[in-house]
Amino acid sequence: MNKIKRFLAGSLAVMMAASVMTACGKDEKKTTSGVDKDANAEAAKKGPIVLKKADRIKQTAEGSEDSKKTLRIYTWNEEFKDRFRAYYPEYDAANSTVGGDEFLKDGTKIVWVTTPTDDNAYQNKLDEDLKAQAASTEKIDIFLVEADYALKYVNGPYTQPVKELGVTDADLANMYEYTKTVCTDANGDLQGVSWQATPGLFAYRRDIAKKVLGTDDPVEVQKALADWTKFEDTAKKMKDAGYFMLSGYDDAYRTFSNNVKATWVNANYEIVIDDNLMNWVDQTKNFTDKGYNNGTSLWSDQWNADQGSAGKVFGFFYSTWGINFTLLKNAEDNEGAKDGLYGKYAVCEGPQNYYWGGTWICAADGTDNPELVGDIMKKLTCDATIAEKITDDTQDYTNNKTAMDKLAGDFASEFLGGQNHIALFAKSAPNIDISNMGPYDQGLNESFQGAMKDYFLGTVDKDTALENFYKSAIEKYPELKKPGK
Amino acid sequence: MLGYIQIGPEFVGLENFETLFAADSDLMKYFGNTFILWIMGFIPQIFFSLLFAAWFTDIRLKLKTGAYKVIFYLPNVIMAAAMGMLFFTIFSQSGPVNTIYMDITGAKAPYMFFEHEWSQRGVIALINFLMWYGNTTIMLMAAINGIDTSLYESAQIDGANPSQTFFKITLPLIRPILLYVLITSLIGGLQMYDVPKIITQDGQSVNRTSMTIVMFLQNHLYSKNYGMAGALSVILFVVATVLSILVFAMVKEREPKKKKAKKGGNK
Amino acid sequence: MGYSTDVVGAKSSSTNLLVRRIICYTVLTLFAIISLIPFFILIVNMTRQSNHIQKGFSPIPGTYLLKNFMTVIENGDWKMLRSLFNSLFISSFTALLSTYFSALTAYAIHVYDFKLRKPVFTFILMIMMIPAQVSALGFVRLVAKMELTNTFIPLIIPAIAAPSTFFFMKQYMDSALPLDIVEAARIDGSGEFRTFNSLIMPIMKPAIAVQAIFTFVSSWNNFFIPALILDMPTKRTLPIVIGIIRSADYAKFDMGAVYMAIGISILPVAIVYLILSKFIIRGIALGAVKG
Repeated sequence: MNKIKRFLAGSLAVMMAASVMTACGKDEKKTTSGVDKDANAEAAKKGPIVLKKADRIKQTAEGSEDSKKTLRIYTWNEEFKDRFRAYYPEYDAANSTVGGDEFLKDGTKIVWVTTPTDDNAYQNKLDEDLKAQAASTEKIDIFLVEADYALKYVNGPYTQPVKELGVTDADLANMYEYTKTVCTDANGDLQGVSWQATPGLFAYRRDIAKKVLGTDDPVEVQKALADWTKFEDTAKKMKDAGYFMLSGYDDAYRTFSNNVKATWVNANYEIVIDDNLMNWVDQTKNFTDKGYNNGTSLWSDQWNADQGSAGKVFGFFYSTWGINFTLLKNAEDNEGAKDGLYGKYAVCEGPQNYYWGGTWICAADGTDNPELVGDIMKKLTCDATIAEKITDDTQDYTNNKTAMDKLAGDFASEFLGGQNHIALFAKSAPNIDISNMGPYDQGLNESFQGAMKDYFLGTVDKDTALENFYKSAIEKYPELKKPGK
Repeated sequence: MLGYIQIGPEFVGLENFETLFAADSDLMKYFGNTFILWIMGFIPQIFFSLLFAAWFTDIRLKLKTGAYKVIFYLPNVIMAAAMGMLFFTIFSQSGPVNTIYMDITGAKAPYMFFEHEWSQRGVIALINFLMWYGNTTIMLMAAINGIDTSLYESAQIDGANPSQTFFKITLPLIRPILLYVLITSLIGGLQMYDVPKIITQDGQSVNRTSMTIVMFLQNHLYSKNYGMAGALSVILFVVATVLSILVFAMVKEREPKKKKAKKGGNK
Repeated sequence: MGYSTDVVGAKSSSTNLLVRRIICYTVLTLFAIISLIPFFILIVNMTRQSNHIQKGFSPIPGTYLLKNFMTVIENGDWKMLRSLFNSLFISSFTALLSTYFSALTAYAIHVYDFKLRKPVFTFILMIMMIPAQVSALGFVRLVAKMELTNTFIPLIIPAIAAPSTFFFMKQYMDSALPLDIVEAARIDGSGEFRTFNSLIMPIMKPAIAVQAIFTFVSSWNNFFIPALILDMPTKRTLPIVIGIIRSADYAKFDMGAVYMAIGISILPVAIVYLILSKFIIRGIALGAVKG
């Protein structure tokens, strides 16, 4: 038994050491960036949370000579790389090898730092390296962010406003407003720009529309889907005819979450579930119970299959890239064969405006190539000629009203049976209003959809589902609390 | 995850522990989940591993086992993320398991494996089992191979049947490795996170019934709530230590003779 | 090592034996099939086009094997072959160092009687009980401070201290390494280090092979820390590249490529396993003990 005693004594010693260390390590509740603690304490307790741009950090080291001739870009995949290589005029394609040494025409070396998004690795990597930026001689110049977590960086201390990089308001005039809202900090300064706009539409099967609604004309179909009441009426017709209105639970989520009346969190750090989100819950529960959807989850095998020839689903909420790439691919029976449902889909605006996706370019504060970064932003995101060319070449909808309106004048998508969907995008994009976007959106939206799924399935009741949502939310953001607590 | 600036840790005493042990805390539920998932995978794992290791090394059976040894271990080389992908495909609404299920039972709707508490746990346990039973079999085999074959030969001459040989010779002699298997799988079980994390989409799925302790801990790490994560790991450490001591005591005490014999040779 | 002892059982037990063999083979085959299902799906999906894979599984192979292979191999940004080499390098050295030093440590604890022997053993075991996730980010920060980012050192050197490998070695020695052998070697005048390398290591072969495989595989599949330490395209390991392929944007997203990359990453591990499994056969340890 002596051995056990010694074992116990040893464990106790280690435990005590460990608990002393952990007792010190309180979470960073008090130091959360991006939120103005004092203002929130003072503010009317029920108002929206007051945001604050964190103070920038003084650079304590200058970039080395080498770093000044190097453009370091942080990203998680090839999307921006491809755009940059093909459309940045200063890219020296002749002297560069993809994956090897890449240069600009003035000899600046390009270094891509690519970290996958799995396990949150990209943001972990970015956070660690941005934190070290001020004292580092190897400066990060550009990093890319997605809309879902953009505000974390925009209101954090590590971005440099685009106006300091020589990007003027005149340069930005042609951008869709919402793409600027995403990356505007609490002081009103723009911290990042995007070459894409991603307005969403409702893509539907022409054959089913003809059979059930008697017409496949987008204008007529839109009338049947103009608001959520009509949407439900149509859903009933679909069901009666043996079809599903939607594929899964989350399909419509973004149309609701983009149109909330208030941010997720109020000045008292209480989580406020917007009425519009509860509308989504009620509608989805109703749809599920009545069999208007096929019970899938986004990106699941069945959800993809529902978009192809074997599917029985009327339509999908999809934004620009979703229609031109994901839906197109799923509609075909064979890749690139233009068979199956190719040419048999059409799009209309659906009940509400929304957007889905997009990638923004941010300048890392302390970049030792500010003019270059500014020039890249101007060329790739503000230049109407380049924007038009990107859309022409790649079908990717770009963030330039002039260019898009020009294209919208005369465009026919073969995939959508000749429909001019660019015109619909161009009409919808300016109406996207995301003024109620907040810094907690990504985490809370994910938790909310995840927790509500149990309720739709009938595994738990609504209250339990909401309780699970609060638990998950507070795990993610320890500073938040349940309303009234 | 908003806060990515850290300004010094702050002393809070035992506040984090109080939160974890508060009445409305789900700590016990997550311990329970972890335990259930572990038992569901571990009991069959240890049973079949012992059985197969015994068969593979049975000198009377003389099975041709080369291919089996390789195949049983193979699932372990697939990384958990890929394993998750494959099992989503296998058990999806239109996947092979549901096709067979609907053919046999004549059910019109597929069974949603990932949306029911026990079927979801079953899939997690199945993946864990598949990934680790070959591993355990190999370890036990290596242990059995270390046993002097003359012992088996004399047992055979004395007319011992296979189960007598197994329980009277094999099991006592591989006790050290068995102890290793028990301890490491206990610790591994307590620290289980990757498979349930992938299958349950971060633990939310089906009323948090497959959320394990380390997944809970990871959520705190994700939100940079390091104090809470630290407190949790201390608790986890204590539980692991206590359980390990129990296992040690259980397995060790039954072999006093062997221990003494060794001490003799130890100068 | 012949076991020609079947004579003992006489005839009544030979039918008995046959029945047992049939049962054994049936059960073993059943488990083999279950274990191979994931590989079957993986291999079939390696031959299919992304479009089909996304919509669900079908057992009929496609015609995209070569195309998927070329997609993965030819992409300059992914550098699949380079990462394959890096993974091989890191995992081999990790397995080598981890098993050798663990055996050495276990030997010290097993053979030498010194004052702190039991506390040291206990202490090493307790390290296993600390969840790895807790220290991950701190480790990454330490690596950055030591300016070892984009080197393989932080992934290989810490592997020397592998508590669970050590534990296995120690337990194996408990059951298969009598101290008489060491005594005998000492009497023959063999130095301690030589005794370990030329006498003990061969006895430990099965244990070393087992742990070498396990260490190799876990290093091979390690994602989180390498993803934060290795960011240059020429330094990345396979799981990072697979992560990047999985993170691909809508235009490039290709499940065929994902499955192909996973398939490519599994092949070398299977080969390493086949090579090492030869050592885990009956008799090696026995022969040494008898000698």
